[in-house]
Amino acid sequence: MSSNPLLARYAECIFWLARFIERAENLARILDVNETFSRGRGAAQSWLSILQLNSDEERFYKKHQNATAERVLRFYLTDADNPTSILSAVTNARENARTLRPLVSTEMWVQLNVFYNRMRAIGPADMVPGSLSRLLTGIKEACQTFTGIAEGTFYRDQASYFYQLGRYIERADQTTRLLDTKYPLLTGGGDAAAAIEIGQWHALLRSASGYHAFRRVHSSELTPARVAGFLLFNPAFPRSVYLCVREAADALADLKSRYRLRGGNDISEGLDQLRTILESRSIDEILAGGLHEFLDFLQGYLIVITDRLSAAFFGHKPASQSQQASGAVWPLAPLPQIPS
Amino acid sequence: MPKLLNSFTQPFWQALYDYGITFTLYSESSAIDRILPFDPIPRVLAADEWRQIERGIIQRVTALNLLLDDVYHGQKILKDGVIPPDLILGNPNYRPSMHGAAVAHKAYVNICGTDIIRGGDGAFRVLEDNARTPSGVSYVIENRHMMLRAFPDLVDGAGLRPVEDYGSRLVAAMREIAPAGCRDPQIVLLSPGIYNAAYFEHVFLAREMGVPLVEGSDLVVEQDRVYMRTIGGLHPVDVIYRRINDDFLDPEAFRPDSLLGVPGLMRAYYSGNVALANAIGTGVADDKAVYAYVPKIIRYYLDEDAILPNVETYICREADSLRYTLDHLAELVVKPVGEAGGYGITIGPQASRAELEACRAKLVADPANYISQPCIDLSVAPTLCDGGVMPRHVDLRPFAITGKSTWVLPGGLTRVALRPGSLIVNSSQGGGSKDTWVLEHE
Repeated sequence: MSSNPLLARYAECIFWLARFIERAENLARILDVNETFSRGRGAAQSWLSILQLNSDEERFYKKHQNATAERVLRFYLTDADNPTSILSAVTNARENARTLRPLVSTEMWVQLNVFYNRMRAIGPADMVPGSLSRLLTGIKEACQTFTGIAEGTFYRDQASYFYQLGRYIERADQTTRLLDTKYPLLTGGGDAAAAIEIGQWHALLRSASGYHAFRRVHSSELTPARVAGFLLFNPAFPRSVYLCVREAADALADLKSRYRLRGGNDISEGLDQLRTILESRSIDEILAGGLHEFLDFLQGYLIVITDRLSAAFFGHKPASQSQQASGAVWPLAPLPQIPS
Repeated sequence: MPKLLNSFTQPFWQALYDYGITFTLYSESSAIDRILPFDPIPRVLAADEWRQIERGIIQRVTALNLLLDDVYHGQKILKDGVIPPDLILGNPNYRPSMHGAAVAHKAYVNICGTDIIRGGDGAFRVLEDNARTPSGVSYVIENRHMMLRAFPDLVDGAGLRPVEDYGSRLVAAMREIAPAGCRDPQIVLLSPGIYNAAYFEHVFLAREMGVPLVEGSDLVVEQDRVYMRTIGGLHPVDVIYRRINDDFLDPEAFRPDSLLGVPGLMRAYYSGNVALANAIGTGVADDKAVYAYVPKIIRYYLDEDAILPNVETYICREADSLRYTLDHLAELVVKPVGEAGGYGITIGPQASRAELEACRAKLVADPANYISQPCIDLSVAPTLCDGGVMPRHVDLRPFAITGKSTWVLPGGLTRVALRPGSLIVNSSQGGGSKDTWVLEHE
């Protein structure tokens, strides 16, 4: 089969296109679950935690006095100046798709273009409590529609593997962040708080579309540890960190063997290593060492994987060196040490 | 009637918006997405009208290629005094480095867009040759798709010449010009990138051709060979359909400040390791002053009369013509010779006194930079406007592809000036477009 070789620039664009769509979807999920939590008491703290989750406090407080629901929502939904807003994610996805027009299907482009036009039309009235849930559901569904259209129409050559890699790496990262939203709840609180907390873990699972899947594995009691373990390690749940890492590793292996690419061996090894870690740890071990610390480790690990993908496949290296496929020319960040 | 037509076309405006079909304007940097207005009433050309246009274009493209081959080799036409030598040799688009370079099939202008107008006498005339990087063909094909979807039963049985095979014709020509010995050439389309006015078209053509759409930064030259950067390393490139002007192609050879080009590309080109379409230096052939000599050029090389005549043209570098132009400024259209896209034009009958005086000053300061033409009353075509169906001025840009031989896409881009009375049809100046129907049968 003769097919055109894939430009490095396109590979990078498709990787990030997938990531931005996945990011927009997960941010909608996080806002949605938080909106559920924040009804009633402790509202201010819960919106602040979203800012902390994304390390956005500094940028947020430059523009706003305090973290009210309205301001945080606007910051994450429609603020074009905020690079971590859903609008920015969709805009970035669309800019990548524009560059990728020669590769993506017309349906993918049209849907994303329509989605983008809809995002830009969101007004304050759409973000009031009565409408917010519908808005966030709409955003989530638009992302899912895109993913479905890609599944049904995106030509399965090299580019599609970079799409998979982007999608799964971002999804793994986002699941760690979703889990991190409720990390404070795992650290103390008496019996009185427990019942409320359980309710919140319910909501967390639902926001990851994981409640029913969780019930198939754990029909008895829903505990925070079980929910965390499920989202981290479950081998069949599409949003678990483990499954995402496995899918990313498989996509990379297929890409390398099918197109006889020599680069990226270090990434394969890194993903395999991460997979082994996720297979061999129990949730009790993780909780003993600190869930937040483990989530941080996972996020750092995925960042290094992305750096190495850039070096192996998207590299803007001097041409004379780029043919020596294996030898990367700049020092790459070492993979993070596994916390013991 | 207008209401009915609108009810048909409204969904397609929405579709265009959804598709993000765009025409970027350099002057409107804030709004990079703009819909090219599409008029749903097609412009129809009879079979015999088209036959004349087609023959005329093939004749013209053939003559321009012969001219370029001569200009970059023996320069016989200059020695024989048919064209003033300094018009060619002093032309900013003349490329001395092309002298003696071998060009496959002597086809310098592989893609040509010829602007044709129809005057009050019904005769088709050539207004302008576009022999560098003409754009607009994507709208020809998209407009047809739109018509087929909006009015399937209208088009059905009308006996229209198809336009869909432009991409495969173009690929075939690119294969024909590939470097010798290249059996399965890697073809790419080189674009300045997403901020270019015609990026949509570049995407469209790359897809129609099934070739990678690359930017300058994707290409690299090593030992006089061109490669593209892929996920698996460097991959050789044999033919480049470039949509970047000569000036910006290679900072080593032309403008050193160009970030769009590929350093060393000209070395690879002159070494015969890569083919470029169009060839370097075709800008001397579509120069607005050289244009005036095209009928003589056709006679010189082909010993034929021009099938499609020119519009009468005064070359202001010539003293008599300058005097005539200055004396009749209010009746003439004055155009700078080096500009494209309708920029810098002064239309005498529509200009204010101040505009005429500004034009006069520019003419006197730099006469060689201008030509003038009588104000032709462009033909009109029925067009859907706010107030109903109205006459609006149109022109026609057919596209010709040349490899071993020349093929003309039936029809071409009909541009329409949407403002009442306006004669400027350029999409960059508020023009729209129509589907162009060439009928198969008499």
